[in-house]
Amino acid sequence: MEQGTLRVSVWRGDAAGGAPQFYEVPARANQTVLDVVTHIQREIDPSLAYRFACRVGMCGSCAMEVNGRARWTCRTHVKKVAQDGTLELRPLANLPVIRDLATDMAPFFDKWARARGTFQPKDAPDGAVPAEFHIVPPATPKRQAADAGIECIGCGVCYASCDIVAWNPEYLGPAALNRAWTLVNDVRDGARQERLAVVAGDAGCHACHSTQSCTERCPKGIDPSGAIAGLKRTLFWNVFGVSR
Amino acid sequence: MSTRGGTHLWVAQRVTAMFLAVAVLVHLATILVAVRGGLSAAEILGRTRGSAAWLAFYAVFALAAGLHGAIGLRGIAAEWLGWRGRGFDAAWLTIGLLTAIFGIYAALGLYAA
Repeated sequence: MEQGTLRVSVWRGDAAGGAPQFYEVPARANQTVLDVVTHIQREIDPSLAYRFACRVGMCGSCAMEVNGRARWTCRTHVKKVAQDGTLELRPLANLPVIRDLATDMAPFFDKWARARGTFQPKDAPDGAVPAEFHIVPPATPKRQAADAGIECIGCGVCYASCDIVAWNPEYLGPAALNRAWTLVNDVRDGARQERLAVVAGDAGCHACHSTQSCTERCPKGIDPSGAIAGLKRTLFWNVFGVSR
Repeated sequence: MSTRGGTHLWVAQRVTAMFLAVAVLVHLATILVAVRGGLSAAEILGRTRGSAAWLAFYAVFALAAGLHGAIGLRGIAAEWLGWRGRGFDAAWLTIGLLTAIFGIYAALGLYAA
């Protein structure tokens, strides 16, 4: 059912620069921001570039800046964010733009790799499947700390919301550090000290100001700010030879 | 700055902060007590002259404050001015230690006056 018109400003351009363009989109009941972008691309201007896959909040590919805030567009209802029937859409901040609303996620995932975001089996350093299953009781504190951050799907909303990333392009960012924290708490992992070494310092967890935009905006309700605080705590005691 | 050095600076700033939290309270309480009978050089020197305890307190205070402040300014300068790297780290360490030395020198003056 049509309910008037939305005025939508969409940033159009590429790595060299761009500017907002304005579109009028029919407003409907139960309309998501992704529906609006899809309408523009299918009905008004097929050259609009954007990215999505699952439409149900599982894949994490449709994140954009909606009225100045990074969000999953597929899980954001227009009626919750539109201001006087207007929407402003931009590509995710802190990432290079490929075209229009599609950003290049490579720097984001490169930092996961730099933070040693890959699991390193303790009893099979060459990556082979261990002979025995490792038993990790769900109630143990380390398992619970790992569980708290494990559901990250790498959408980049926290990264785009982080002031420190904006100030210091070398900063690993909330998602990569959250990933590192889950592995630091994984008792099956054998790369704890190496991982702690690469997430420390001015490009790592010690750059974080704990302003918690990442935690505030994570669509999964994960607390990367808390994970970073955990890394700082662990590194603090590590200096005194205390393993926690 | 190596990541290890980064951790050590961070730990140094936290540990100095823990000490300063207590030391600043002692310092403020001393000021309140000191001015009760009217503020005079004679009274201050009467308390500090020859007192190893006050000398030690203010020497550690000055060292903590110098390092704490310099590490903090280093972080601000890195973020706002892009002053990063070994050269700047060495400069901040020098500034921190110089500040501390001025403070310790003053404390020595009050002890030996």
